[in-house]
Amino acid sequence: MADILNIISLWILPVILITVLTTALIKKVPVYEQFTKGAKDGFKISVKIIPYLVAIIVGISMFRASGAIDILAKLFAPLLIKFHISPDILPLMIVRSLSGSGALGIFSDIANNSGADAYTTKLAAVMLGSSETTFYVLAVYFGAVGISKIRYALIIGLLADFIGIAAAVLVCSLMFA
Amino acid sequence: MNYIFYFLIISSIIIGACNGKLQDVINAVMTGAELSVKIAFSLIGIMAFWLGIMQIAQKAGVIKYISKLLRPITRVLFNEIPPDSPAIGDIAMNFTANAFGLANAATPFGIRAMEELQKENKDKSSASNSMCLFLGMNTAGFQLVPTTVIAILAGIGYKNPTEIIAPTLLVTAIAFCSAIIMAKIAQYIVNKKGENNG
Repeated sequence: MADILNIISLWILPVILITVLTTALIKKVPVYEQFTKGAKDGFKISVKIIPYLVAIIVGISMFRASGAIDILAKLFAPLLIKFHISPDILPLMIVRSLSGSGALGIFSDIANNSGADAYTTKLAAVMLGSSETTFYVLAVYFGAVGISKIRYALIIGLLADFIGIAAAVLVCSLMFA
Repeated sequence: MNYIFYFLIISSIIIGACNGKLQDVINAVMTGAELSVKIAFSLIGIMAFWLGIMQIAQKAGVIKYISKLLRPITRVLFNEIPPDSPAIGDIAMNFTANAFGLANAATPFGIRAMEELQKENKDKSSASNSMCLFLGMNTAGFQLVPTTVIAILAGIGYKNPTEIIAPTLLVTAIAFCSAIIMAKIAQYIVNKKGENNG
């Protein structure tokens, strides 16, 4: 199963390229001209998202540097122990919505401290693998079209993250414990 | 967003001061700002490439074809945009790339989708219901194989790293579906409110 998925992952982009270019050839689309026309926006969009990225990433970097996450982790630790989960995993639960590289770093720490085959490592792996950095996606996607009033988008993103955490705990306790 | 920004900065300074980490907080401004620009610039090349390919795909009618294929699903999910909107094709490409863990390709597709959704949006500074739904679906991080995590696990000597694929897939599917359901509920509530006020 995993092998098949890996092969598909490897081939998906080549297949897209072949399909698009071959269809274009049949329909006599001037591919080079159209490519450069579309590619021009690459720079424009990347520059356009910078202000949004700076606002979000600086804010989150400051928040992480202040030690606020450790305080939050301590606050919620009793709750986790109630569910028989190691409190080591708490920083990951919080950071995975905030920073992708931060979450990877914390995950590596957990894996190294708990041991490769520990339950905590498995739970952390599932939690990290099933998440996307909500704040980053928000900054990039809304920044690219200049949206500043995000309405209920963040609430849904964070609620989905929370449901993901709860689901990870439940699924792992059924499968690995 | 205003409150979040305010909260992040002010609380960081206060908590940092209490923890004696004020210097770290100040340094974080510098490193965070630098990181943002680094991320944006590292996107330029790959963004240009996929936007170029997508431009060809659009001219060749590939996007329109994908949109048509997915119409039964998207008509229900994205019911506030025209069913033949090019956004649908871009959304489909974005999810395909995400599902297979191709984050670099997924971002340009997602941004194109947002641009198309923005064309249908009445208030250009405020996110439309369709945009919130699309964002919610994206933040749930639907992915078939968590390649990075498996690589790390294998690196630290985990015996059978692929055993996390099934639980991860199940969890990510739950988060993904709940994001869609919550977005649709929010849309319903917001529209209902709008009717009452109007």
